[in-house]
Amino acid sequence: MSTAFERPDFDVIASWVQPGERVLDLGCSDGSLLKRLIETRGVRGWGVEIEDAKVLAAIANGINVIQGDLEGGLTGFHNGAFEHVILSQTLQSMRHTEEIVSEMLRVGREAVVSFPNFGYWKHRMDILNGRMPVSDRLPYEWYDTPNIHLCTIADFDAFCAKRGITVKERKVFDEGREITEEHNFLGSLAVYRITRE
Amino acid sequence: MKAQRAHFAEPLQLRSGAALSGYDLVYETYGCLNAAKSNAILVCHALSGHHHVAGHTADDPDNIGWWDNIIGPGRPLDTDKFFIVGVNNPGGCHGSTGPATVNPATGKPWGSDFPLMAVVDWVHAQARLADLLGIDAWAAVIGGSLGGMQALRWAITYPQRVRHALVIAAAPKLSAQNIGFNDVARQAILTDPDFHDGHYYDHGVTPWRGLRLARMLGHITYLSDHGMAAKFGRELRGGNVKFGYGVEFEIESYLRHQGDKFAGYFDANTYLLMTKALDYFDPARETNGNLAAALAVAKAKFLVVAFSTDWRFAPARSREIVDALLRNGQPVCYAESKASFGHDSFLMVDDYFHGVVRAYLANVSR
Repeated sequence: MSTAFERPDFDVIASWVQPGERVLDLGCSDGSLLKRLIETRGVRGWGVEIEDAKVLAAIANGINVIQGDLEGGLTGFHNGAFEHVILSQTLQSMRHTEEIVSEMLRVGREAVVSFPNFGYWKHRMDILNGRMPVSDRLPYEWYDTPNIHLCTIADFDAFCAKRGITVKERKVFDEGREITEEHNFLGSLAVYRITRE
Repeated sequence: MKAQRAHFAEPLQLRSGAALSGYDLVYETYGCLNAAKSNAILVCHALSGHHHVAGHTADDPDNIGWWDNIIGPGRPLDTDKFFIVGVNNPGGCHGSTGPATVNPATGKPWGSDFPLMAVVDWVHAQARLADLLGIDAWAAVIGGSLGGMQALRWAITYPQRVRHALVIAAAPKLSAQNIGFNDVARQAILTDPDFHDGHYYDHGVTPWRGLRLARMLGHITYLSDHGMAAKFGRELRGGNVKFGYGVEFEIESYLRHQGDKFAGYFDANTYLLMTKALDYFDPARETNGNLAAALAVAKAKFLVVAFSTDWRFAPARSREIVDALLRNGQPVCYAESKASFGHDSFLMVDDYFHGVVRAYLANVSR
């Protein structure tokens, strides 16, 4: 189980869900987040995961895990079947970014999306110094990174505005602490609560 | 373990409208039923399976159970933790009442007078066996292929009696293609001159040619193209083609061998009956084709497993079950193994599949 420091988005997500709600966690890994939401918030949870080892770990954790590829969309998931659909720090590594966001808002009343903020000041410094950023949130080198759709907080805001998606809430963190000003400059991790409503 | 036999005198009312007046079930048990009788797992067999699911008998060390690789001490279906029950379904040919057993009304084998069975009929028969064993609710019902359909049916028909349904390499109903293959297999048997309208026992013959063809055809659908290519390719038995109709390619040799072996011990009427039970299976028929509505009554948690190389019951068919459960907000895990053996993968040692079942059942026994 990840600690609160490693995954401050876990705490935020926990505060956004209500007991009895149906939660779908996309890329649920070993089901840690769902397990926490089930145990502490009393939600009903399902996860989607593609990797065998993680599916196995999620099953061992007693989580309802569906093995599947998010790149194929959420075919089979019924419209509005969930109160919350979560995509935690995965958006930046997906090929079909637009499709998954629209699929999340199809099957869920509300979507929770978290991602590393490329506009974080240390990343900007790296670029100014002529190098691709490597940090706690972006631990990969340019040649081995799975992150192909990195964006800044300003980029994601624009993305939502252009598609008529309402941002209900946004929380931004750096080193486990919530950032209250200059989000796009001081925050390394962004957590969005979005909806079409 | 030793096969046991139970007689059930009360008639079994069948989906077809017919009734089976009385019947015997042959079954085996493994491990110990706990005091609360809460650790029992029913293993349902597929087309050619039976009650002997694991281990071997003292007098026949070579007769290993058909799912021995997954059932036993320390195995995913751990007989140190669970009480495992294997049963030969009525209509079978491994000891339970079926077409080859004697019809008390005539003193002769039932033959084609034996009533056709549906999956739900087997489930009712198995429920009576559960009663006999004092098992109110199974910790789990598990099966592959046609066995998985029984697990699904159990969860719908006896929702209070199944805590977990493990549905492996199955489908919620057969496709036209599936039924088509089954009918070719049946036609091979039905048109065999030795079939005698299903009363071949009286003539001292068996329609083995038809049964052999049926099995050869079936076997192709159990394997994957890739798996067959890897195992046999275009390998020749004698090194060169001989421009004749004898065995030339290795795959021919394999299929003929499998067909001969099967036709030597399996009953053709049972084969016909089993394929029909497959064709008729469609629990959503009772809810206007809505599978989610059919499954809504289930109280069980589900583990659904499919194999990516299975084209007989492809993963998409398992996803129909999963999607119906998701639609109802029911608990379900779904795993898709990349094992290369096609439909038969569920019978093979596949670390991922076995790991999934092991991990799932570890929480069941906890």
